[in-house]
Amino acid sequence: MKLPIYMDSHATTRMDPRVFEAMTPYFADIFGNAASRNHSFGWEAEEATEKARKQIADLIGATSKEIVFTSGATESNNLALKGVAEMYAERGNHIITQVTEHKAILDTCKRLEKEGVRVTYLPVQQNGLIDLDQLRAAITPKTILISIMYANNEIGVVQPIKEIGKIAKEKGVLFHSDAVQAVGKIPVNVAADGLDIMSLTAHKLYGPKGVGALYVRRRNPRVQITAQMDGGGHERGMRSGTLNVPGIVGLGAACDIARREMVEETKRLSFLRDKLKDKLMTELDEVYINGSMEHRLPHNLNISFAYVEGESLLMGINDIAVSSGSACTSATLEPSYVLKALGAGDDLAHSSIRFGIGRFNTEAEVDYVADKVIDVVRKLRELSPLYEMAKEGVDLTKVSWTAH
Amino acid sequence: MAYSDKVLDHYNNPRNVGSLDKSSAYVGTGMVGAPECGDVMKLQVKVNPETGVIEDAKFKTFGCGSAIASSSLATEWLKGKTVDQALEIKNTDIVNELSLPPVKIHCSVLAEDAIKAAIGDYKKKQGARVPEAVAVQ
Repeated sequence: MKLPIYMDSHATTRMDPRVFEAMTPYFADIFGNAASRNHSFGWEAEEATEKARKQIADLIGATSKEIVFTSGATESNNLALKGVAEMYAERGNHIITQVTEHKAILDTCKRLEKEGVRVTYLPVQQNGLIDLDQLRAAITPKTILISIMYANNEIGVVQPIKEIGKIAKEKGVLFHSDAVQAVGKIPVNVAADGLDIMSLTAHKLYGPKGVGALYVRRRNPRVQITAQMDGGGHERGMRSGTLNVPGIVGLGAACDIARREMVEETKRLSFLRDKLKDKLMTELDEVYINGSMEHRLPHNLNISFAYVEGESLLMGINDIAVSSGSACTSATLEPSYVLKALGAGDDLAHSSIRFGIGRFNTEAEVDYVADKVIDVVRKLRELSPLYEMAKEGVDLTKVSWTAH
Repeated sequence: MAYSDKVLDHYNNPRNVGSLDKSSAYVGTGMVGAPECGDVMKLQVKVNPETGVIEDAKFKTFGCGSAIASSSLATEWLKGKTVDQALEIKNTDIVNELSLPPVKIHCSVLAEDAIKAAIGDYKKKQGARVPEAVAVQ
């Protein structure tokens, strides 16, 4: 087994060698501009991007013409929200989203608020899911867009997308989803899910970084989006800029592999995830899973080891790449806002570890990770005054701490 | 984040982990920080009442590697010092010794606070004992 072990697939994934292979001719050999209409160099490039467009569309139940290439999910999310807000400004100025969205949604919403758009941030329940009644109640005649992520990047919780899609349709509101964590991992179908706009990115599904797409519905309803960058009018006028041909070929290849292998892969990853979870929960006491286990990505585990601080745990398992919701691991020195939104308390957010099992992880790696985590948690609990107090029967919530 | 060798050493081999009898009159206990802030340090000193010298020091810390290292180092430094010398330990000494980056300075502040709290607790216990001793005579 090779160390360090990468188990942080919600951050990014290793590129599949098959994807890499598909991309290689498009760097130096087939280098044309897909927008060049009058020579074979351009045609070859266009043929490649159109093939990729079809591969992406096939994975998500869309048609090729509904795929707009972007530089990644951040751009897709910006384009979706800002583009809809601008295009539909006459119809209304209200957007509904929720508190555990990625920053690419939340900060875009904050920007839109400064420009006069009203945004409702729905809370989530303890399991991480939004309450559909609250969603219904939040819709007003001014609401133009609902943007709810498909699956959360920290806790892997999958929102009730179909139900949200039905509500949006019934109320005549557009429905966008940031689906970067879900596409290629669980079945996503824009038709069945009632999605009008959807963001995805290649590097979360074993493709290259720097390329993504926005699905924009063309029928029932025909969704229009105001471009956020001016230029040559590529991508049906929605996103100017010369197409990143090798990247797009990689995204297409990654989608094609995901479509063909998803069923088998899901089985394998959920087996590994459950094995990791069961081992940790059998060997250690006071371990808490963050978010619903039932409505969850098959490869995600977000777990809090009470009385152990996340960064110190990461330090002890330094040959394993995972993430923590601890403040000490974030740039802002604030614990994860996603975990805080679940109402679990800041102390459990500080104690959380996110595991993202991926295509290239083996069962031996999962066993190694489980054993190592168990070992380090035990060691750190020996060091933890909180664990000692809890074992003595002290109610830690009743202690008057000297917050600093 | 890259940790200094000294932080790694204290994290991997923490010195003086454990607890002293907090009900003893010669043991001072300091507990600082809060779980929701991600750091709690418990630091204890056992003082020889004749000499005022700290004979033993123990810690337990919930916190990042730098917090663990700061409190581990503090216990090393406390042993053999008098109570008054102990109060002279400054957080900046800990920062320098462990080469803590700016974002980890609060760990050293917490360690200094823990030392002061432990000594304060010891002094309070001693202060409370004196009139009692007088009354017995």
